[in-house]
Amino acid sequence: MVDSILQFDGISKSFFGVRALEDVTFALRKGHLLGLIGENGAGKTTLMNVLAGVLAPDSGAMKLRGAEYAPRRPADATTAGIAFIHQELNLFTNLSIADNLFIDRFPRLGRSPFINRAAARRQTVGLLQSLNLQLSPETLVDRLTPGERQLVEIAKALSTGAEIIIFDEPTTSLTAAETQRLFRIIRDLREQGKSTIYISHNLGDVLELADDVVVLRDGRLVDAGPARDFTMDRMISRMVGRAIDQIFPTRESKPSHEAVLNVKGLSQAGIVKDIHLTLHKGQVLGLFGLMGSGRTELARMLFGLEPFEQGELLINGVPCRRTCAGDSIRRGMAFVTENRREEGLLMEATVVDNVGLVALPAFAIGRFPRLLRHRRLNDAVARIVEAMRIKSGPVARTLAKDLSGGNQQKVVLGKWLLSRPAIFLMDEPTRGIDVGAKYEVYTIINDLAAQGAGILLISSELEELMGLCDRILVMSKGEITGSFERSEFAQEPILHAAFKGHQRVPQSRESSGRAGGR
Amino acid sequence: MLVTTLRHTPLILFVVIFLLFGWLSPRFLSYQSFENVVKQASYIGIAAVGMTFVLLTAGIDLSIGSNMYLSAIVAGLLIKNYGLPAPLALVVCLGVGLLFGVVNALIVTRLRIIPFVATLATLWVGRGLGLWLTESTEVEFPESVTRIGSQRWLGIPLPVVIFAVVVLCAFVLLRWTALGRQVYAVGNDIEAAKKAGIDTARVRGTAFILCGVLAALGGFISVAQLGTVNAGFGKDREFDAIAAAVLGGTSLFGGIGSVFPGTVLGAILIQMVTIGLVSAQVDLYLQPLVAAGIIFVAVLLDGLRTQQLARLSRRRIRVEEMTAPWDSGMVPELRRG
Repeated sequence: MVDSILQFDGISKSFFGVRALEDVTFALRKGHLLGLIGENGAGKTTLMNVLAGVLAPDSGAMKLRGAEYAPRRPADATTAGIAFIHQELNLFTNLSIADNLFIDRFPRLGRSPFINRAAARRQTVGLLQSLNLQLSPETLVDRLTPGERQLVEIAKALSTGAEIIIFDEPTTSLTAAETQRLFRIIRDLREQGKSTIYISHNLGDVLELADDVVVLRDGRLVDAGPARDFTMDRMISRMVGRAIDQIFPTRESKPSHEAVLNVKGLSQAGIVKDIHLTLHKGQVLGLFGLMGSGRTELARMLFGLEPFEQGELLINGVPCRRTCAGDSIRRGMAFVTENRREEGLLMEATVVDNVGLVALPAFAIGRFPRLLRHRRLNDAVARIVEAMRIKSGPVARTLAKDLSGGNQQKVVLGKWLLSRPAIFLMDEPTRGIDVGAKYEVYTIINDLAAQGAGILLISSELEELMGLCDRILVMSKGEITGSFERSEFAQEPILHAAFKGHQRVPQSRESSGRAGGR
Repeated sequence: MLVTTLRHTPLILFVVIFLLFGWLSPRFLSYQSFENVVKQASYIGIAAVGMTFVLLTAGIDLSIGSNMYLSAIVAGLLIKNYGLPAPLALVVCLGVGLLFGVVNALIVTRLRIIPFVATLATLWVGRGLGLWLTESTEVEFPESVTRIGSQRWLGIPLPVVIFAVVVLCAFVLLRWTALGRQVYAVGNDIEAAKKAGIDTARVRGTAFILCGVLAALGGFISVAQLGTVNAGFGKDREFDAIAAAVLGGTSLFGGIGSVFPGTVLGAILIQMVTIGLVSAQVDLYLQPLVAAGIIFVAVLLDGLRTQQLARLSRRRIRVEEMTAPWDSGMVPELRRG
């Protein structure tokens, strides 16, 4: 019998009367990987915060290696050998890898307060090598890709002697190659006897990696068992509490022939080349490609955030050159960016402030000063919040940063919906949100198309595009390399188009980290 | 190429302005003149090193001018009324500076008042205390103190030697001790620092205390050169110190900066401009305006430089390197990323 290294017994936690966790009981077996899944707001983060010593449970207890474990602050968890690799990495971008690893425990020169740089360097090199990271320990973290930074965090966890490692949505900012590298490392860690909790919305990944699966819903543990007994369907239906017959709502409407957006020969040296595309009223046009293919850059150009040297852009038949975001908005365009935290939301502002942001001028009266009609605005926001089923506290008081990822994304969409644009540019709109919220976003996209809006949907999830779009364009290295009608949708040809222009690397080469810098 | 130029803006600016004034007035290029510049820059340079610590932690200290005043007059009054010998007076001066720094540290870390507001308050209180103690009169210092201002050590003016020692110690502290690295960490991301187990209150507090001590030392050096302290001593010197640090590449948002060459260059640059204007025989009444103008342009360039550097490093589009998916059976994974 494999003993459990970590035991949760009846953990409960409430915030202001709202049950975040209720009587959660399960065990993490030594040397095993446990997949923890659940919708946003199901209680995964709260549970991990309890484990980390950030929050104290209202009732229940935890056992670590059979002994009572009740951390009072994060340092207790670290001392106990538990390390967290969060989605938002806790690295200092202005310091080197070595400095980051040893920031709270530098090796000293004897008893002096001076750092033994050689020892720190040596240990860092050892750790990096064990993770197959070909980087100099003096490299500033600022220079590293998200994938490399994550590995540095893992190195840091290992350097503190962690025996239990928790991964929280680790693959959101990673390329496919980096993800494979991460999985390899996770498997290596398991070989070394480390125990892991893996939290992810990528149910496929969880099935691939996990030995055991635990499903949380509304703060309760609703399912647990060996991973081999789980299927996607079972995972999803347990997570949302009902059988999911389909992941994508049915597309019923058809695009019209009227073009809302016309792009001809758009070029910007080094970024995009000779882009032609037409977006029709009521159409969902997908834009697929690998990271770095120029999709986001193209969207930014269409919206007026970046200039373009050559080409024509017609919005509703009207040619536009040198536009700025304000002009694009006035012409009925909306841009849902891929970084909702940095570019889509005012994290420290309320839901009302966020949702009302773009359409604000429409709620003002008078010439100068333009006074805001708060009640009108609040009503309009409340209607959107209800229509989109955004789960939040009182909208005039809840801050955006306190919402779950899925609800945050809905707030971003709601912000644009308020001004009823005719053209939507959406960049990875379902990144980092759970299955239930994804379905709701897909429904919103469908409804928008049915109402006549034209939507350019950028996504790295081919399945998502195939389920939603009328047509998929493929970009590679700044050029359009393929166009597929709905009837022609098939994974292989689309992927081929996405890889056009990329070097084919010989089979034998390890697609682990890049040698040297970038 | 562009990145290298941008990263070394302080040094380039330094050389450009040096050559500009040298061209306007050849006398400026003499060793004597340069030595004079560095000597005059020493007192604010020392204070600027202290300010650099605080700025690195994403804080600010507006009170150093009042600190200089208060510590100087306490020492001066003790010399005048109790015949305190000069070395002891220096110790007292540094002690007052330390206390000033401790007060700032406590207000910021215990009372959790933001540095701007906290040091604005101590700026007023410190000045007021000093004026009260001196009854707004001037305090003169004996020869035993002013001797420091004119003495030399191995041919180098003593103020410059002290400046150099301070810079060396600060450099070693920042580069070679855990506290120094933690200063950078706290300035970069205070929440991450807390999560990493760093005692952020201790780090920020220490920065304020160091700043206080160095401000007092800088003040003492200035007194050693002037010989007297009047009611306006030290007024607005905090802005010189901040300007010197910022010109030297220290970010007002924390986490970026260095004492050498950074702040040292900044301090000397400012003094160079002031003295250079005199050498170039610019109209006396225009001098403050021109000096302010040059420094404004320098700080503006620094701001633009930071923006440009950020933009350049963001432009890198990450390209996926992969084997073709149909060869390695990795088709499902491609949906990600």
